[in-house]
Amino acid sequence: MRNSFKKVYLLISVLMVVMLAACSEDVTNATSEKSGGPVSAKIGVISYMTGPGAAYGEAITNGFNLALDEINEKGDVKIELIIEDSAGKQDQALTVAQKLMSSDDIVALLGPTLSTEMNVVGPEADINGIPIMGTSTTAAGIPQIGEYVFRNSIPESLAIPAALEKAVNKYGAKKVAILYGNDDLFTQSGFDTMKAEAEKMGLEILTIETFQKGQSDYNAQLTKIKDLQPDLILASALYNEGAVIMDQARKMGIDLPFVGGNGYNSPQVIEIAGEASEGLIVATPWFGEKDDPKVQDFVKKYETEYGHKPDQFAAQAYDALYIMAEGLKNAGVADRDALRDALAEIKDLDGILGKFSFDEDGDVIMEPTVLIIKDGTFQLFE
Amino acid sequence: MLLEQIINGITLGSIYAIVALGFTLVFGVLGIINMAHGEIFMIGAFIGVLITSVLGLPLWIAFIAAIGVTVILGYMLERIALRPLRGKQGVSHLAPLISTIGVSILLENLSHHIFGAGNHPFRHSFAQIQFQIGSITVYLVQILIFVISITLMVVLSYWLSKTKAGKALRATAENLETASLLGVNTKRTITTTVILASALGGIAGILVGMAFNSVNPQMGLSMGLKGLAIIILGGMGNVKGAMAGGLLLGLAETMIVAYGDSGYRDAVAFITIIFILLLRPQGIFGKNTAEAGR
Repeated sequence: MRNSFKKVYLLISVLMVVMLAACSEDVTNATSEKSGGPVSAKIGVISYMTGPGAAYGEAITNGFNLALDEINEKGDVKIELIIEDSAGKQDQALTVAQKLMSSDDIVALLGPTLSTEMNVVGPEADINGIPIMGTSTTAAGIPQIGEYVFRNSIPESLAIPAALEKAVNKYGAKKVAILYGNDDLFTQSGFDTMKAEAEKMGLEILTIETFQKGQSDYNAQLTKIKDLQPDLILASALYNEGAVIMDQARKMGIDLPFVGGNGYNSPQVIEIAGEASEGLIVATPWFGEKDDPKVQDFVKKYETEYGHKPDQFAAQAYDALYIMAEGLKNAGVADRDALRDALAEIKDLDGILGKFSFDEDGDVIMEPTVLIIKDGTFQLFE
Repeated sequence: MLLEQIINGITLGSIYAIVALGFTLVFGVLGIINMAHGEIFMIGAFIGVLITSVLGLPLWIAFIAAIGVTVILGYMLERIALRPLRGKQGVSHLAPLISTIGVSILLENLSHHIFGAGNHPFRHSFAQIQFQIGSITVYLVQILIFVISITLMVVLSYWLSKTKAGKALRATAENLETASLLGVNTKRTITTTVILASALGGIAGILVGMAFNSVNPQMGLSMGLKGLAIIILGGMGNVKGAMAGGLLLGLAETMIVAYGDSGYRDAVAFITIIFILLLRPQGIFGKNTAEAGR
């Protein structure tokens, strides 16, 4: 009896070792390829590829790969990407980042996906003197981690005021009600920005209501807001809750426009709330319907390659690799310090998100586009 | 405003009450907390979405389908997760609780896998029917939910106190071995109870979908915790207690948002429960002896 158990355990452990070996194989396969002429460099990518947020990582790596093919085809620089999975976890992000940093021929890092991951990976990269650029990290304070830390995703502190200002001017709003999710760091920081901005603009805040993730009944909060008769509703919510809030609000007879943050900005809102989503105003770096050949070209290519329309994360990743390529081209050599200096100098680079520059911290200078949901699609808000 | 908020509160409370009824039935007979109840409720809601929004079939079919699926789930829960543990020697009395937690995790992840993480809208014209009374908008759904929950409570009370099956159930709840000795088919009674509770969960799921238009794989957890709190508040295993507790919690939550700070919604609701339990440890309708339910 005992013996047969032992045999089973042995079999299992052998199987596990074999599986482990199989896993490591494709990671170490990348060999360096030196060629004369254009600068050739390796860039490490840390992305959220498995777990509940895997959709983000997928969009981001798709964006990178699309840009990679184009850049290498053009031939000004030659880039090779080495993609690692962070699984959305801080410790795993740090481990793979250290692995990438320790390889001398990797000149820069792209990612990680989440701001919380960047908070541990960023300082490490800064100490090691390797440029790192987040393409989806929107929390406050990321580029201030160090001089090697950059990002090309517009922070909430840029997006929300842009949307709010336009909405207030258009509707002549004086009184607002704020609604936010108080159990999520992202929606909470969005709320802080909203409140500060509303106070700065001299708006009267009638009430501040909260809700929790996954809540299904918002009628109590909305009835209260309806009774106070604001001119505008500011909602810092993720699209899942946000869409349901709008649905219940419209049913109740609240026809006011909503101003939301980055998390609210998703085509999913239209899908979930349908007609009720009309009147949602968000500011975004990415507008896929923009009348710009560059943008339309990217959308078309992405759709043929991956079978669906690109989102903000794919677009930001796509532009990020172009920024890296520009930096490499200007630096002239595949060197970490030279690349950092070249990146910091980038000004008015034309991308699919618009004209892009870094400020002195390595943060984004960019004019976000303000959109409104009208007739079932996101349209420019004038 | 006050009237509208009371209607909001009663709607929410009625749904809480139906969820709690399912909890209380299983607790009354088996003396265990069925942690998978919230997830069965969630599956019921998803079946509703599937039938009405995706397949475009009428509402009554959604009810039948949701009840059908949750009945099957309830049967499987009893056969696979609960019965094998019952009456075995050396099995801890906590084991069935843990195994229902396992079932709840399984169901949540399964629906996450099948339907995705997002919210699913419940598109049905019935949910839009409304009428104005003065300045107040009342939805037919809200009235329906209230009526269904009251009806369920009355039918369940009648069934428990007057019918043979109900009496068998109460006898089983009183003492499993004695009931069995007296000729009650306890196996069947227990299965019936779990199935009945699951069907109640399924009905509640559809009602939530209709009332709030939001169905997602995570909705079972918070609803399950609320249901648990309600049966403690109302008295474990007591049908009227579940009803009163549900309405009380729903109204309390709504009123706190309306006249206080929405950030304290859950806190105040649960503090109320702690307070009531300090005054009446057995719950509002609970019997005085601690072991009364067994």
